[in-house]
Amino acid sequence: MSIENIIEIRGLNSSYNSRQVLFDISFAIPKHQVTVIMGVSGCGKTTLFRHLTGLKRTGAGQIMVDGQDLGVFSENMLMQYRRRIGVLFQSGALFNSLSLIQNIAIPLKVLTTVRSEEVRNLALAKLELVGLAEFCDYMPSQLSGGMKKRAGLARALIMDPEILFVDEPSSGLDPITAAGLDRLILSLRQTHGMTVVVVTHELESAFKIADEIVVMDNGRVMAAGLPEEIRNSVNPRVRQFLSREPDPRI
Amino acid sequence: MVNPVQSLGAYALGRVFSAGRLGMFFIYTIRGIVRPPGKFWPTVKQIEFIGTKSLLVIGFTAAFTGMVLALQGYHTLTKFGSEGWLGSAVGLSLIRELGPVLSALMVTGRAGSATAAEIGIMRIEEQIDALECMAIDPFSYLITPRFIASMVCLPLLTAFCDVVGIFGGFIIGVGLLGVNGGAFWDSLISSVDWGDLYMGLVKSVCFSILIVWVCTYKGFYAGVDEGSFGPEQVGRATTNAVVMASIAVLISDYVITSILL
Repeated sequence: MSIENIIEIRGLNSSYNSRQVLFDISFAIPKHQVTVIMGVSGCGKTTLFRHLTGLKRTGAGQIMVDGQDLGVFSENMLMQYRRRIGVLFQSGALFNSLSLIQNIAIPLKVLTTVRSEEVRNLALAKLELVGLAEFCDYMPSQLSGGMKKRAGLARALIMDPEILFVDEPSSGLDPITAAGLDRLILSLRQTHGMTVVVVTHELESAFKIADEIVVMDNGRVMAAGLPEEIRNSVNPRVRQFLSREPDPRI
Repeated sequence: MVNPVQSLGAYALGRVFSAGRLGMFFIYTIRGIVRPPGKFWPTVKQIEFIGTKSLLVIGFTAAFTGMVLALQGYHTLTKFGSEGWLGSAVGLSLIRELGPVLSALMVTGRAGSATAAEIGIMRIEEQIDALECMAIDPFSYLITPRFIASMVCLPLLTAFCDVVGIFGGFIIGVGLLGVNGGAFWDSLISSVDWGDLYMGLVKSVCFSILIVWVCTYKGFYAGVDEGSFGPEQVGRATTNAVVMASIAVLISDYVITSILL
């Protein structure tokens, strides 16, 4: 049975000012699967992440979402696309002036007509999912890095998105919290059929959760395929990355 | 080596791009008035921050400015035996010029800088990106309430500044320097007409727009042009916001005065 692709990236190039950072990126993100984008720091993962979430407009190349090019989406179409996605940022990106539950409830309050007591219940349910219900009235400054990240995940899930984008879920976390996040991502795929796109450089986490892996280096895709295919890749840069060999230039 | 003509061209294009972005920023902010979410409570919160919390600093500034005006004015007017016109000198100076300008500069220094820093921090911590990814219009959510609050607060703060400044001048002129109280108020009332109050009102409304426009813009795009997001970008954005807003206030003060006089 062939797997349907929800997003297809075709020949994407990207630059900041005059510096090109992505070169001819092409791969597909299959529906209801966990796709992990891996690579060393500065390889262009976050830029690609920003393109996929519509934060950076595509220049040359295309990002096809359900057959339509994200780069030429009107403002309304982009808003509709964003209602289908949830995004967990590296830092959690919680609003410092709002309590945890207020942070989680923002999309419901702004985008829906759900009554306030129902909003609270829904937000508490998502906080429960990430194990933070008892901290619902805490301010972000009172939370640890891992808790902020989990809270960010609860907020990303509040609208029950079809596609979840996660930027560096394990970075800066202790192994137990990181493993908990990995388990949560897997359960979202299994129980909700969510499509998950994870950007990371954590090898252990990547191979644990991925259905598909894309390895990037210097703004290019080095390898893409199933975890086993990546593990057996003969590409020297991929081998170097997987075996954690130091770069001679460093 | 980069051709100097190319550098000049790149610089000019950059300036044109920034000007266009500044214009679009204003349009998106105005458009935010009719877009969700509701603005009432966020605007009330901003009125408290911009207006209520600026009262003390503006009161002090106004009182001492009025007192200095009275001192200076008295010593000049006595040379011509016209100290009875002290009320007029203090009142007109404050209502036409110093009230709107001082209030605007104080609001820029206190609330404008804090706004630029707050929004700049939201930018570098990806909170603005998060809003966009949640399909929430960041202009409507963050900027428009500040814009409305500023337009409500600054005219009121200017009126407060005028009143306190005039009383400061009255205390020094009448209480310390011995000017006749009746003459002080009579000269003030006979000199100040609706045109002066209108000029002060127009200035304060224009300044309120300029301050919030510049300060929120600088915070909103903190680090975006450099492509790096760190504390130094927030610091730079805040400094630029205060300097640019202050200069914009002073230049527009001249322009509005030259039009309305």
